[in-house]
Amino acid sequence: MSNSLRLSPEHKAFLHQVRLGQIRIRLTQLLILVTAFALWEFLADAKIVDPFITSQPSRVLKTIISLYEQGVLFYHIGITCLETVVGFLLGTVLGTLIAIILWWSEFLSKVLEPYLVILNSLPKIALGPVFIVWIGAGPAAIIVMTLAISLIVTVLEVVNGFWAIDQEKIKLVQTFGAGKFQILTKVLLPASLPTIINALKINVGLSWVGVIVGEFLVSKAGLGYLIVYGGQVFKLDLVMTSVIILGVAAFVMYQGVVLLEMLLVRRKAH
Amino acid sequence: MKDVVEVHNVGMKYQSLDGEITALTDINFGVRDGEFISIVGPSGCGKSTLLSIISGLLPSTSGSVFLGGEKVSGVSRKIGYMLQKDYLFEWRTILQNVMLGLEIRKAVTPEVKERAVEFLKTYGLYEFRNKYPGQLSGGMRQRAALIRTLMTDPEILLLDEAFAALDYQTRLAVNDDIYAIIKQENKTAIVVTHDIAESISMADRVIVLSKRPGTVKKIYDIALTCTERTPMSSREAPEFRHFFLGIWKELDVHVELA
Ligand SMILES: Nc1ncnc2c1ncn2[C@@H]1O[C@H](COP(=O)(O)OP(=O)(O)O)[C@@H](O)[C@H]1O
Ligand SMILES: [Mg+2]
Repeated sequence: MSNSLRLSPEHKAFLHQVRLGQIRIRLTQLLILVTAFALWEFLADAKIVDPFITSQPSRVLKTIISLYEQGVLFYHIGITCLETVVGFLLGTVLGTLIAIILWWSEFLSKVLEPYLVILNSLPKIALGPVFIVWIGAGPAAIIVMTLAISLIVTVLEVVNGFWAIDQEKIKLVQTFGAGKFQILTKVLLPASLPTIINALKINVGLSWVGVIVGEFLVSKAGLGYLIVYGGQVFKLDLVMTSVIILGVAAFVMYQGVVLLEMLLVRRKAH
Repeated sequence: MKDVVEVHNVGMKYQSLDGEITALTDINFGVRDGEFISIVGPSGCGKSTLLSIISGLLPSTSGSVFLGGEKVSGVSRKIGYMLQKDYLFEWRTILQNVMLGLEIRKAVTPEVKERAVEFLKTYGLYEFRNKYPGQLSGGMRQRAALIRTLMTDPEILLLDEAFAALDYQTRLAVNDDIYAIIKQENKTAIVVTHDIAESISMADRVIVLSKRPGTVKKIYDIALTCTERTPMSSREAPEFRHFFLGIWKELDVHVELA
């Protein structure tokens, strides 16, 4: 690590090679992206594909600018991102809480097991209209939709994480006189942090699904709404633009979680 | 003087849907203050069960255990327990790991932290106090685990095959190391092992258990002629062989040829 002053020439050469390899990968990734967009633009320009149906990068750019000028660009992005963040944070926190309760009471966990299995295999999207009727067509229903999708998965994931912890670690804290609560705080939660962060990663993806489906159904605001609206009035430019923004936002959010993981799980390095 | 540990007619039956397993029957022995006891016995004969019962983690189904004259019920503060592996938590630094016991007992004070630092200094882990367990060698981890146990100031140490996970060379060194520390801190110790040589090398007395259901088969007083007793020097004492053979015969080990 810190003995960079005493690097042997062979090691320097090796590091250089690794660095070069990384640069080549990045450049190729960039090339693919640029080529895809250029090809798309060219094919649409040359009328080989119909830009009315496929849209094209220059039109996407124009759409973004026009949305921005109307002052609604960040409104829609903001709403969708907010719903997603609230959805996956709530999903992870509530899921972990329920997992703790299930671990705490073996009785409850055994009683609820078949219900969890049913709920897990049910396509949650089917419940969308129910939520809208019950909660009203708005962000709350959308968040509940994302929760429905991510909650059970999180519960199962975290509970399994708890059971996978070495029983001897629990015995160790018991020899010091730890009760159930301390087993939870001193062993289970810290040992499960990687599992919980993993659940967070999965939930980011699931929450996007929940939010977009929710916005399709509620149809008031957000990127999901723009996509549905664009589809209905045959403005494929709007649809493509929203999809591209969605892709970028999802990527950024996922990277955020990866960063969080690096900050929290930096243990046992070297 | 009264024994610090008294085990009276202890028996243990585990219940399960498949039936009942009698792990221990009618165990009786005492441990004197400052004594070093080894317990050997075939695998599955109930050695871990016995230690768990002595510690108070596991209630026995018959008989009772007294520590310093007090009947054990629930985890006793007089006990320091070392398990088969060091189980240092990888999300805690070495200093945080050795503080675990006192943290659980809500007894962390600045003085106690001072003591932890003193321990780490005395036993050569001070430079590693802010490192994570993954950065330490097996021997150092074992030391850290022992310090974690000593931090709660137990009178009696229970070691359950605490060296089994180490390779042979490291184990010999760690034997000497841990033995010296336990003697220096003036603790009474009960060490479970299935390694006959290890049991003789460390102990004042060796208790041999029968195979399941475990019961005390024989107790050996280990009297060795060596100038300064360490586990290593014990292995060179002339009587060592004699004890080894005696215990070996007592354990009655067979290789089953299928
Ligand atoms: N929690 C338990 N439930 C049922 N049987 C157990 C349990 N713990 C240990 N046993 C059984 O009791 C016997 C003694 O186990 P143990 O004390 O771990 O032996 P040792 O440490 O000498 O190898 C074994 O046959 C084991 O299968
Ligand atoms: Mg055992």
